[in-house]
Amino acid sequence: MDLATFLIQCLNALQYGLLLFLVASGLTLIFGIMGVINLAHGSFYMIGAYMAYALAPIVGATFGGGFFATLLVGLVLSVLLGYVLEWAFFSFLYDREHLQQVLMTYGLILVFEELRSLLVGDEVHGVAPPEVLSGALPLGGLMTYPVYRLFISGVCLVVAIGMYLVFTRTRLGMMIRAGSTNREMVQSLGIDIRFLYRVVFAGGVALAVLAGMIAAPVSSVYPGMGNTVLIVCFVVAVIGGIGSIRGALLAAVLVGAVDTFGNVLLPQAAGVLIYVLMALILLWKPQGLFRAG
Amino acid sequence: MNVIRSLLIAAAAAVLAAPPAAAQTAPKLKVGLMLPASGTYAALGTAIENGFKLYVAEQGGKLAGREVEFAQVDDESDPAKATDNVNKLLKRDSVDVLVGSVHSGVAMAMAKVAKDTGTPLIVPNAGAAAVTGSMCAPNIFRSSFSNWQPGYAMGEVVAAKGHKNVVTITWHYAAGDESVRGFKEAFEKAGGKVVKELNLPFPNVEFQALLTEIAATKPDAVYTFFAGGGAVKFVKDYAAAGLKKSIPLYAAGFLTDGTLEAQGADAEGLLTTLHYADDLGTPRDKAFRLAYAKAYKVQPDVYAVQGYDAAQMLAAGLTAVKGDLTRKPEFDSAIENAKIDSPRGAFTLSRSHNPVQDIYLRQVVGKENKLVGVASKALADPGQGCSM
Repeated sequence: MDLATFLIQCLNALQYGLLLFLVASGLTLIFGIMGVINLAHGSFYMIGAYMAYALAPIVGATFGGGFFATLLVGLVLSVLLGYVLEWAFFSFLYDREHLQQVLMTYGLILVFEELRSLLVGDEVHGVAPPEVLSGALPLGGLMTYPVYRLFISGVCLVVAIGMYLVFTRTRLGMMIRAGSTNREMVQSLGIDIRFLYRVVFAGGVALAVLAGMIAAPVSSVYPGMGNTVLIVCFVVAVIGGIGSIRGALLAAVLVGAVDTFGNVLLPQAAGVLIYVLMALILLWKPQGLFRAG
Repeated sequence: MNVIRSLLIAAAAAVLAAPPAAAQTAPKLKVGLMLPASGTYAALGTAIENGFKLYVAEQGGKLAGREVEFAQVDDESDPAKATDNVNKLLKRDSVDVLVGSVHSGVAMAMAKVAKDTGTPLIVPNAGAAAVTGSMCAPNIFRSSFSNWQPGYAMGEVVAAKGHKNVVTITWHYAAGDESVRGFKEAFEKAGGKVVKELNLPFPNVEFQALLTEIAATKPDAVYTFFAGGGAVKFVKDYAAAGLKKSIPLYAAGFLTDGTLEAQGADAEGLLTTLHYADDLGTPRDKAFRLAYAKAYKVQPDVYAVQGYDAAQMLAAGLTAVKGDLTRKPEFDSAIENAKIDSPRGAFTLSRSHNPVQDIYLRQVVGKENKLVGVASKALADPGQGCSM
C-alpha cells in the first residue's frame, strides 16, 4: 500500500466512522440516559432512508423543494414519531427489566418492517444525491471521491459538535445529565422529568432518522437495512461506553478504521475483526472507553 | 364469549364432517410452495409463485389430469427455521411435491429433508453448488441455474475481450465464492489471470475500502457478484468512485436484475451474463411475457421464468406416470430426460439435475437487460461431488 492509497483509505475509514457515530449516538443517548435498550433503533435508521426515498416526490410537489426540504420535513416527522413512541410505548419501560425492553423493542422492529413492506414494498430503491453535491473530486490517478460523501462527514461532525455543546454548555444538557444520574432528585427540584425524557427520546430517534436520510443516496434503500446497522451500532455504543457521546465518537472512528483496513489487509477475517476489537477493549476496560455518569 | 366459541367449534365440526367432494376422479395433487413472502427476497418469492401458478392455470388448473392445490409457507429466507417449515408442509399439509426456495441455506435444508423422505423437490432459484452437487438425489431437481454457470460464461467473455489481469470482488459466502470460482476457471483456462480476489462479509455493503484497493491495483477489468440492495449500492459506488470510466465492470446477471430502477444511469452499459434477458424475442418468450403481464399486471423477470419452468418440470414428470406419484423411478427419470420448453430457450437437465442451458450476454440499456448474444452455449454445471 503506497502513501496515497493509505491516505485515501484513512479518509474512507473516517467517513464510515462518522456515519456510524451519527446512528450510534442516538442509541447510546437513549440507553445511557434513560436506561432503555432500544433494539428498534436500526428501524429508525431504515425509516429515515425510506423517508428520503418516499417523501421526496411528496415534498417536491407540495413545497417545490428538493433534497434539503425533504431532510427538514423528515426531521420534523421523526421528532413527532419519537415523541409519540415514547408516550405510547417507551414511557412504560423505564422501571421494567431489560428483558422486557428487549422484547418490546424487538416487536417494534417486526412492526416497522411489516409496515414498510405494506407501504413501500420490498423492492430496492436508489435515491439521487442533490444536484449541488453530485460532483466528484479527483483523487490519485484513477479514483474520484464523491462530494456527497464529504458532505455526510461534514454533517456528522456538525452534529457531534452540536451535541457536545448542548450537553456541556446548556441548561437543557445539564438537566438531562442530572436526570440520568438521579431521576427523583431532579424531579423534586421541579423539573418535568417525563417531558425531558420524551425530548431526549425524540432527539435520539431524530438522529437515527437523520443518519438514514443522509446515508440513503450512498447506501440505497432496501428491506432489512436497519438490522445490519443496529449490530454495528451496539458494538460502537459498547466500546465507547454506554451513554458517552465522546466515547461513541471515538469508538465509531475506531470501528470504521478497523473495518476499512481489515477489509483490505485481512479480508478473510474482516467479518470478525470489529468484534475482536470489542472483546479486547472490554477485557481492558469492562465499562467501555468512557463511561458516562 | 363462550357462545361465540361454541359456535366456532360447531362450524368447524360441520366443515370437517362434510363429505369429501363427490367426484371420485383422481385425488388432488398437493404442491407445497416454500418461498420467502417477507424480508429481502419477498419480491423474488412472489415472482416465482406467480410463474408457477401461471403455468398451472394455463393447463386449466390440472397437471396430468390431477387438480393442483397449493399449500404455502413463508420461509422468511431463514435457514434456522427451514427444517421446521419443510416439516410443516410434509406433516401438517401432507404435500406430494415440494417447491422452494430462493435462499441457498433454506434450499439446502429442504434438499436434506427431500433426500431423507424421497419427496420430489424442485428448486426454483437457489444456485448453491451442493443442491445438484454433494446433496444431489434422484428426486431433487433445479429449474434455475448454479452459481457457477453465469460466472463461467463471463470468464470466457472477458477473456475473449482481451483482458489479461482481472480483480474479482464479492460477498464471502457460497453464492459469491462459487460464482467467482466459475469465472476464474474459465478465465484462467483462456490464459487470463485473476490478480486479486477481494471479499467482504455478507451482507456488508461498505465497499469504499475495496474500491480504493481496486484503483490501486489497476486491473484491466473487474468481475463481480452482488445481488439485491448490495448490487444497487455497489454499482453506484463503483461509478461514484470514478472507476466505471477507467476499469470495465463485468458481472453475473443478478447485479442488474430487478435493480435497474434503483441503479439508474450508473448501470448503463454494464455487461452481465445470465440464463435470461429482457428481450429474447423468441415466440415462446413473447407468449410467456404477454400471458404473465396480463395475469399479474407486471413484467416477468428471470425468477418468474424459473417458477414457470419448475411447474413445467413437474408436469413433465407427472405426465409420464399419468399423475401416479407412487411410480417414483419413472417420475424421476421422466423429468431427468425431459426437454423443457422454457421461455429462456429449451433446456435439458444434466445428470445431477441442473439445467443445461445457454447463458446469455446482456447489456444494460435504459431500464432493460438487452440481449447481446449467447455467451456460452448449452453450458452444463460440472456437478462436483454428485454421485448418483
